[in-house]
Amino acid sequence: MTTVAPTLIESTLQPNLTLVLVTVFLVATGTALALDRSLVRVLLGMVLIGNGVAVLYLVISGRAGRAPFVGEDPAAISDPLPQAMVLTAIVISLATIGFLLALSYRLWQVSGTDDVPDDAEDARIQRLALEDQTSSTYDPSEASTTTSDELAEEGVVSGAGSSGTEPSATEPSGTEPSGTMTARAGGDPR
Amino acid sequence: MTDFPVPNLVPLPVLLPLLGAALTLAFRRSPRLQRSVSIVVLAAVVTVAAVLVWQTDARGPQVLWLGAWQEPLGISLVADRLSALMLLVSGIVTLLVLVFAIGQGQADSDEENESETPLTIFHPTYLVLSAGVSNAFLAGDLFNLFVGFEILLFSSYVLITVGGAASRIHAGTTYVVVSLLSSALFLVGIAAVYAATGTVNLAQLAIRIGDLAPGVALVLQLCLLTAFAIKAAIFPMSAWLPDSYPTAPAPVTAVFAGLLTKVGVYAIIRVQTLLFPDSPLQGLLMWAALLTMVIGILGAVSQSGLKRILSFTLVSHIGYMIFGIALATPHGTAGAIFYVAHHITIQTALFLITGLVERLGGTTSLDRLGGLAVASPVLATLFFVSAMNLSGIPPMSGFLAKIGLLHAGIEVGTPLAWLLVVGGIVTSLLTLYALAKVWSQAFWRTLADAPHSTETVAALGAGTLDVDPAADPATAVVVDTAPRTLPRTMLGATAAMTAVGLAITLVAGPLFAYTQRAASDLAARDPYITTVLPQDVRR
Repeated sequence: MTTVAPTLIESTLQPNLTLVLVTVFLVATGTALALDRSLVRVLLGMVLIGNGVAVLYLVISGRAGRAPFVGEDPAAISDPLPQAMVLTAIVISLATIGFLLALSYRLWQVSGTDDVPDDAEDARIQRLALEDQTSSTYDPSEASTTTSDELAEEGVVSGAGSSGTEPSATEPSGTEPSGTMTARAGGDPR
Repeated sequence: MTDFPVPNLVPLPVLLPLLGAALTLAFRRSPRLQRSVSIVVLAAVVTVAAVLVWQTDARGPQVLWLGAWQEPLGISLVADRLSALMLLVSGIVTLLVLVFAIGQGQADSDEENESETPLTIFHPTYLVLSAGVSNAFLAGDLFNLFVGFEILLFSSYVLITVGGAASRIHAGTTYVVVSLLSSALFLVGIAAVYAATGTVNLAQLAIRIGDLAPGVALVLQLCLLTAFAIKAAIFPMSAWLPDSYPTAPAPVTAVFAGLLTKVGVYAIIRVQTLLFPDSPLQGLLMWAALLTMVIGILGAVSQSGLKRILSFTLVSHIGYMIFGIALATPHGTAGAIFYVAHHITIQTALFLITGLVERLGGTTSLDRLGGLAVASPVLATLFFVSAMNLSGIPPMSGFLAKIGLLHAGIEVGTPLAWLLVVGGIVTSLLTLYALAKVWSQAFWRTLADAPHSTETVAALGAGTLDVDPAADPATAVVVDTAPRTLPRTMLGATAAMTAVGLAITLVAGPLFAYTQRAASDLAARDPYITTVLPQDVRR
């Protein structure tokens, strides 16, 4: 239970300031992009954050050295473990980014925009709060303040889950929600 | 110590589902074969998990070092009492939800509507999800835990957006981006841990983190806790959950609600007890637990959609588990573990019931539902029992789980702990209120009393205000004519899930004793560390 390990690490780990700055820059710009409304920018932000984190693993692998092959002098090679980890992380983030790309394309297909939309239910509750009304389940007269547009949207939200069980009646499947969404997104001043 | 007469079963809960996923992918043209493979695989996982529970309880933690590297270097899979119990409960839940999904898939394809569950990708993805969950529970090092999280998250991305309908894409984007962010944070945490200690093996970390400066250890702890808290949906980081879960297909929501957040809770238990026993962060976690409980349940009270109500109760009840962890006593941890087991089963059962409600009533909006108790007394009974169980009505497991936690809280006895005890009771009552509201609106009242059903009728000009459900397709709430009966498989799986929730009451004595032993193992830390690490590398 001595402190062998930490001192060992302290002696080998001399953080490379350039790499730290690169990490900071990538993560900072990525965060700024990820805060945007447009999903493509969010995606680019995520790519930058992921790359920043990958560079961080170069920082923690310490002093650069020779390729870590068995039989090399352990003092001369670079630490292989962070490399193994960051390779895994890069592969995972590649796959996730690919999925997110497909998702944003699909979002653009169904809503005509790649803006991440407001949640209809949240918007409804926020509006009720602003109007100082009680919730719908509490006071049935609330329904009268709901515009037809929002009712349609609610239908989209609640209907989406049931799209398989109730194919025809409750909710328009496939194309019609996108119509509502486009209309809403179009009318939404950004 | 490593020589066991029973073969080492530890990797099977990960390997079997992955193998099954490959097989189901190969058999994608034969749904029948896919179904049998999935069921056999998951049943085998349940069996293995049951054996592991017995093995870890009788003989201590089981460990397997993979890849034949020299000991602290390779990847280790470790099953101790906590992991084994989590594996067993999650295995049972995954299996029953699979049966439900198969029932739904068959019923849907009978009605020539296969878009809901595209079976070809459902089975492989679902099995990979199961493998990811098992891997997270068994991971013996932080990085393998990360990989387990990624496996289950990636399958969940696919499952939550399955079919690609607009609402699912909207929900999916939030979910994927939030998960990506938490994964990035987790990676930063792992990098920091490695930089500070030179290892990511949990057992080695348990020894080395004690040598770090307290400030450094605190940074590591907060970084890891934040990453896990996002996955577990603890209050400031919980907003993504009610937005993304409700739109997914019923079985998917059910398994997500049951398992995914609990993997985060498991990770918090593991990290808090094994790595940072000296710094329990009681104040911080207790406030987080209190806020999660209260704000979550207030969200549930304000909602009018059944799925959203349940999603908010899910968030709220995560607070109970964090409460148990925050107490940082063996009793608190034991209570939290018991609560996790109870909550996985009951939350899954409730979401399965919601799936059936949706099937029967055509919607989950409480404004449009009514008369379900007449339409399906069986379903009503299942909902009533599960709802009472979740809110903690005495003979049921929810009550026992809450009593365990409250008792542990009173034992600690600090003002904050008392505040949490009160908060827990209030949350329990509000849960009862929210679910009783669901009961009286969706099940008990007649359809004609549902506000939106009449309104929709009026809006559509479909007729007078006395509702004739058959003439009113827009509300799609059908009581007397009942054109869609509930498929037996789905109803059976739901009933079985509810029964498992009730069965926890029956085995509560042994189960509570087991969780006590698991918690004292966690508090002692020694069984875990000595089993994982051979003598000579223990530093």
